[in-house]
Amino acid sequence: MANALVFIDNPGAALKKSSLELLTIARSLGETAVAFTGELNDDVAATLGAYGATTVYRPSTDDLENYLVGPKAAYLAAAAAESGATTVLLDNSPEGKEIAGRLGIKLNAGVITDVVGVEPDGTAHKSVLAGSYNTSAKATTPVTVLSVKANNVEPAPAGEASVPAITTVDVPADAVAGSARISARAEKPVSGRPDLSEARIVVAGGRGVDGDFGPLEELADALGAAVGASRAATDAGWIGHDAQVGQTGVTVSPQLYISAGISGAIQQKAGMQTSKVIVAVNKDAESPVFEIADYGIIGDLFKVIPQATAEIKKRKG
Amino acid sequence: MKIVVLVKHVPDAQFDRHITGPANTSDRDESILSELDEYALEAALQLAEERGGPKAGNEVIALSMGPSGAVNAVKKSLQIGAYSGFHLSDDALAGSDAAATSLALAAAIRHISADGRPVDLVLTGMASTDGETSLIPAQLAERLSLPQVTFASSLEVAGGQVTARRDAGPYSETVEAPLPAVVSVTDQINEPRYPNFKGILAAKKKKITPLTLSDIGLDASQVGLAGSWTVVESAEARPPRTAGTIITDEGDAGIKLVDFLAAQKLL
Repeated sequence: MANALVFIDNPGAALKKSSLELLTIARSLGETAVAFTGELNDDVAATLGAYGATTVYRPSTDDLENYLVGPKAAYLAAAAAESGATTVLLDNSPEGKEIAGRLGIKLNAGVITDVVGVEPDGTAHKSVLAGSYNTSAKATTPVTVLSVKANNVEPAPAGEASVPAITTVDVPADAVAGSARISARAEKPVSGRPDLSEARIVVAGGRGVDGDFGPLEELADALGAAVGASRAATDAGWIGHDAQVGQTGVTVSPQLYISAGISGAIQQKAGMQTSKVIVAVNKDAESPVFEIADYGIIGDLFKVIPQATAEIKKRKG
Repeated sequence: MKIVVLVKHVPDAQFDRHITGPANTSDRDESILSELDEYALEAALQLAEERGGPKAGNEVIALSMGPSGAVNAVKKSLQIGAYSGFHLSDDALAGSDAAATSLALAAAIRHISADGRPVDLVLTGMASTDGETSLIPAQLAERLSLPQVTFASSLEVAGGQVTARRDAGPYSETVEAPLPAVVSVTDQINEPRYPNFKGILAAKKKKITPLTLSDIGLDASQVGLAGSWTVVESAEARPPRTAGTIITDEGDAGIKLVDFLAAQKLL
């Protein structure tokens, strides 16, 4: 009997850092099982063992990828029942949260999303109202479903690696009936930069970049950072909507958030609030962003940012 | 076509928001129609208008669950253009988590379907601007045993099927589901219209039907704190961030910035 079940959706050739984080949290709750979809690569199987997974469940069909949410939730519910786990952990992506939602109804289990920390007794910590409150929440049900934000624990392998048993779980026959089917799928162009939602450093631009994200992209590349943007910048069409940080875009909580040409109106501030360190560059000394910045520079971003980029390159040799 | 749009009355994000009371719930004094719901309402109005509007038998119904003030979210929806509204309100609903909320909304939608004209489409925003869990579309779909199409950035309905584009993740996807379905839309799908003077006058004549728990066949123990599967044990206001070092660029601010990053071990 496992204590915790981690859902890992189609990782391909290597597990994402966020999956390693989930496995690390799961181990703190007890014996860990994994519900897996997609091709189970040998390296991935070895990593699951190194992180202490004792059982890996796989679905009886590979058709789940062609549907939205519903059939994956049905598979995961079956895996949860078979594992006997009292906590199910998922990543906090939009799809992860929705699978968590449907799973919660199927298992009569309380669901807590946006979790940043889990206690051994299942108490979950999260921040709400755009980072203005920290709350502790708990499910009152026998099973708890948690979707956990990335970057909140340091992934650590188990002291002793295990060789997980691989078990196939029957996906209920009616799982795909009446579900939304994905009829076409195109991969978006990959930037080579880290994924915004998981990035350790985010360089974000707003109205002040005036259409030119070039200097921000160069700084991001020098720092190994992701590029983000305020809604004003994406609405102006200067950068894709995918880069939008905040409520209607990507939720971030990086170690370092560099805000350039963003005034810091209340919603923009909300988008950066949970970052560990905030740096702001803005021409306007009255910008509200300076009220929350750990390091603020009143100046022209087109002078300051390229100078910083050149200096970083120089120091890194 | 009969479309129900879920609209939520939420604390205005333009002001500081607060959590109060023994159950750690949001203070709803300064509340407005959740901005993200306007996109769902606009999508519903466009679908109905393409099909000939109310004269051709289409319906766009705004449904809100919440305390007495939440009727304002329904009123605003009627001013924007919804044809009629329902307001589900009962003291026992206070403090409902997503599981209890989805139970109540599912029962309300069944009630709205019970007049012999079943609901074809339930439209929602991508998330509320207060709880932001985005669990409700998924949990409602599960409660009603319906397909869910979430984060739609475009939407078409034809031949008893909804077809949507999704751009939120690493892929651009086209998704199809049979009606009835639950669909959530992003803020990329359209430009919501504003209520005009005519709309505000017309809204006064539109019908808002109040609903209580007994109308939708639920018991007080199934909703609110009693029916919730999660409990918020504590809520602490995060200490406000304080301003750190502020410098004015004198030609070397980029270098000073790198010094700061190095000192913070962020390079």
